[in-house]
Amino acid sequence: MEELMHFDFKGLVIILMSAVFVNNYVLQRFLGICPFLGVSKKLDQATGMSIAVIFVMLLATAVTWPIQYYLLDPNDLGYMQTIVFILVIAALVQLVEIVLKKYVPSLHAALGVYLPLITTNCAVLGVTILNITENYDFAASMINSLGSGLGFFLAMVLFSGVRSRMEGGDTPEAFKGLPITLVAASIVSISFFGFAGVIEHLFS
Amino acid sequence: MNKLKILTKGFIKENPVLVLVLGTCPTLAVSTQASNAIGMGLAATVVLLCSNIAISALRKVIPDKVRIPCYIVLIAGFVTIVQMLIKAFAPELDEQLGIYLPLIVVNCIILGRAEMFANKNTVLDSALDGIGMGIGFTLALFVMATIREILGSGTWLGMEIPVLIDNNISIMTLAPGGFFVFGCLIALVNKISKGKAIRKDDFSCRGCPSAAACGKLKSAEGGEGSEA
Repeated sequence: MEELMHFDFKGLVIILMSAVFVNNYVLQRFLGICPFLGVSKKLDQATGMSIAVIFVMLLATAVTWPIQYYLLDPNDLGYMQTIVFILVIAALVQLVEIVLKKYVPSLHAALGVYLPLITTNCAVLGVTILNITENYDFAASMINSLGSGLGFFLAMVLFSGVRSRMEGGDTPEAFKGLPITLVAASIVSISFFGFAGVIEHLFS
Repeated sequence: MNKLKILTKGFIKENPVLVLVLGTCPTLAVSTQASNAIGMGLAATVVLLCSNIAISALRKVIPDKVRIPCYIVLIAGFVTIVQMLIKAFAPELDEQLGIYLPLIVVNCIILGRAEMFANKNTVLDSALDGIGMGIGFTLALFVMATIREILGSGTWLGMEIPVLIDNNISIMTLAPGGFFVFGCLIALVNKISKGKAIRKDDFSCRGCPSAAACGKLKSAEGGEGSEA
């Protein structure tokens, strides 16, 4: 019991902070670019999408981690990882939608439209696979998923602010629309380099 | 549509990356080195070709309501095969591509082509479409990786380039450089085609498998059509 209670607190904080700031899923690892470009135009949409992503990421990790270590690995089925994970995520998203619709209609009204978009979001599949390849234990995996989701949230909210400022700008004709959005994303991404030293000096 | 046109439209006219703006995640992530770009492009092409053939052959069998999960299972199967082949015969490439190799499953190009083309056309046409789109994807990746590798690390396919090797702009190989080069390339396509290539109201929506869900989102927000 004593051993169970002893969490590696420092390690978990470092995982959380680096997932949010240093290895930001959108801006450094390029996962989940489609919703980042598509749904970041308005702040309320960006928030709704991000909350749905955080929720599904946590849930998907809670389900896929035990599947990998208690079902696939003991039976030598590691190569089935990709197929099993994507199916689990797709089923999970459907299930969440049905449950929300039935029991929490207010939440469904707020998040329902975002859920179908999440099945094919590479950030969710990405985080579940990375948790396995990084050999995280269950607590670390959950923290990493939470951090990744929060990082996605942070990037989305920051970027929706940048985009609302950009709308009034006088953009050259060829750069209108997507190109200028990508250039803006590049500058937002540079700003995240400023966090690089934060983690190293967190506990020193 | 004649067969040649189906094959070649993916190269430039409907290039999946630069015109349809699909599959942005792998494009940005693996275009740091030209050799990685070719590897990723070929892997995706193989998956695209196989999935297009399989989905087209099964288009009368798969019920309409559950088609997306069916497609995902088929695609995931092919991705696993490609993953195992690369692990066995090109372990270095596997290390370089890392997480992005299994993520071919959720690459919108593959699901998008299944939705847009393979489930409506014959097996031969779908195979040609798969090859064409795959080559277009590889080409776009290669162009982007060439720019980023030459400017960022002063090399090209591992060959050193005399002056640039000492004056490399390392940020080009990092994340911001990816966004920047991609933005500039799309702007260039816009400029050359005089804005016809990407219609601003529906970028990435025509071929995107989640277009229906996204459309619902927009109508819920007051029916605003533009996305970018």
